[in-house]
Amino acid sequence: MSTDAPIASLADVADAHRRGATTVEATVRSCLERVDRRNDELNSFREVHHAEALAAASTLDERLARGDDVGPLAGVPVAVKDNIVTRAGTTCCGSRILEGYRSPFTATAVERLAAAGAIVIGKTNCDEFAMGSSSEHCAYGPVRNPWDPARVPGGSSGGSAAAVAGGQCPAALGSDTGGSVRQPAALCGVVGVKPSYGRVSRWGLVAFGSSLDQIGPFAASVADAARLLGVMAGPDERDSTCADVPVPDYLARLETPPDPLRIGVPRQYLGDGNDPAVSELIAGKIQLLREAGATIIDIDLPLTTHGIATYYVIAPAEASSNLARFDGIRYGRRAKTGPGDDLFDLYARSRAEGFGPEVKRRIMLGTYVLSAGYYDAYYVRALKVRRLIKNELDGAFAHCDAILGPTSPVPAFPLGERADPLTMYRCDVYTAITNIAGICGISVPAGTIETDGRRLPVGLHLQCPAFAEETMFRIARVCEQLG
Amino acid sequence: MADPLSKTAVEHVAKLARLRLDEQQLAAYRTQLASVLQHIATLEELDVDVVEPMAHPLDVTNRTADDVVSPPMDLDALLANAPATEGGYLAVPKVLEDQGG
Repeated sequence: MSTDAPIASLADVADAHRRGATTVEATVRSCLERVDRRNDELNSFREVHHAEALAAASTLDERLARGDDVGPLAGVPVAVKDNIVTRAGTTCCGSRILEGYRSPFTATAVERLAAAGAIVIGKTNCDEFAMGSSSEHCAYGPVRNPWDPARVPGGSSGGSAAAVAGGQCPAALGSDTGGSVRQPAALCGVVGVKPSYGRVSRWGLVAFGSSLDQIGPFAASVADAARLLGVMAGPDERDSTCADVPVPDYLARLETPPDPLRIGVPRQYLGDGNDPAVSELIAGKIQLLREAGATIIDIDLPLTTHGIATYYVIAPAEASSNLARFDGIRYGRRAKTGPGDDLFDLYARSRAEGFGPEVKRRIMLGTYVLSAGYYDAYYVRALKVRRLIKNELDGAFAHCDAILGPTSPVPAFPLGERADPLTMYRCDVYTAITNIAGICGISVPAGTIETDGRRLPVGLHLQCPAFAEETMFRIARVCEQLG
Repeated sequence: MADPLSKTAVEHVAKLARLRLDEQQLAAYRTQLASVLQHIATLEELDVDVVEPMAHPLDVTNRTADDVVSPPMDLDALLANAPATEGGYLAVPKVLEDQGG
């Protein structure tokens, strides 16, 4: 094992604080040391909140000493992706345009973690505005994979994934618009969750694709991820798209596998597009599941091949609209303008200077597919295919409890290898579908394969119907123990 | 159908997107967008004539909140992020020309 993922579960960490076996301050101090020790190598954190984290730890220790119940995450250090706002420190979304931005409020998901006793230790690097699958498109430098620093950690939440895999912290938040939590989780060998659309409040998540975005947790185990989601999930009056659906206790039946257990394996998921070693590893897991008593059902999802095309219309369209707010007026970078320049020049120069190449590319693409003459041909058509994809998945879920496959067709690739945009976009082939349909998904470490003399992790991907996270975690727990 | 990605078309999109791009960037985006659009065109293989577009995963419309006044965000904290302010307002270049009189 070439990474240093934490050994203690979040439950154990919180329990040690509750029992007084150790102080929160000692835990946070040791966590900050680990962050600092590896950050030059990994560049997983853009900013570390040393003072704020230690102050919060000390407050928590005082409350614990008084016998207060400080919550299920008592003293658990958490890293937060840089596109999720926190009042502490800055929020830059991996972009120059937001350099130095101080949010006047904290995201609901982070507030809920803190209210449950978690300690935010800093902000993690990511692809700019969460647009990317490698964390190379970051204005603050690329993030490195703890398994091999010459390789990417995946993206866009690569900093959060690398932080957990590299043992810098036991838990982290990311955001997932087309795979941005699950794919880096797979490439770094940790657990990553994309909750159902509407499961977690998006209040304070800087919008990329508003009908696709969800905040999701990274952790070393399924139980830890379930614990984090349980704290964050549930309605929020500040996000009208956060669903008013009860949040079950994800931990209560975690050790009880669903019975019967029906796993759908789409014939499109283990095909030519994958690294053969990835397919072989996942096929081995399917065999183990069968031996463990699961019913494996062969399913057909022919629209899988249209997922990327659909996603790369809808997501850039929504992004081009959402990112219109970065105009150099109310916040963010403003370009210097000359005497002859008008407001248009100010917008166009500020945006040209502030956004990186991938963000500009997606704004251009999104603007194009929404523009007069192309709106119906591209955008409306993609929304119709979105419906077809949703229907196809609904049909599959009539026969199975979860759809299983690899999270990513390939393991972590070397930095710079996927410079061509479309090649990069193909990383999302299995994950973007989840967001298109609004269902939930999880990536669970499935073991490693050897690539160029390196052991690299592979993620097993489960997708379940909307708001079926409880079942998803129980199945993920089965997969986690397959050996 | 005219070339959907003529140089003029890409310049027009950049203008709509409020992005000042130089010749080299325009040329690069023209090539890259063409390649992505070519892939997106595979959606034309599907018959979607009778399919209702799906703009959003949730069937939620017009969720209303109680009409209760809540405290606004702190103005100073909000203005602190603005690149230029003047007397508690956001400052921008002149939008309307002087009309004499």
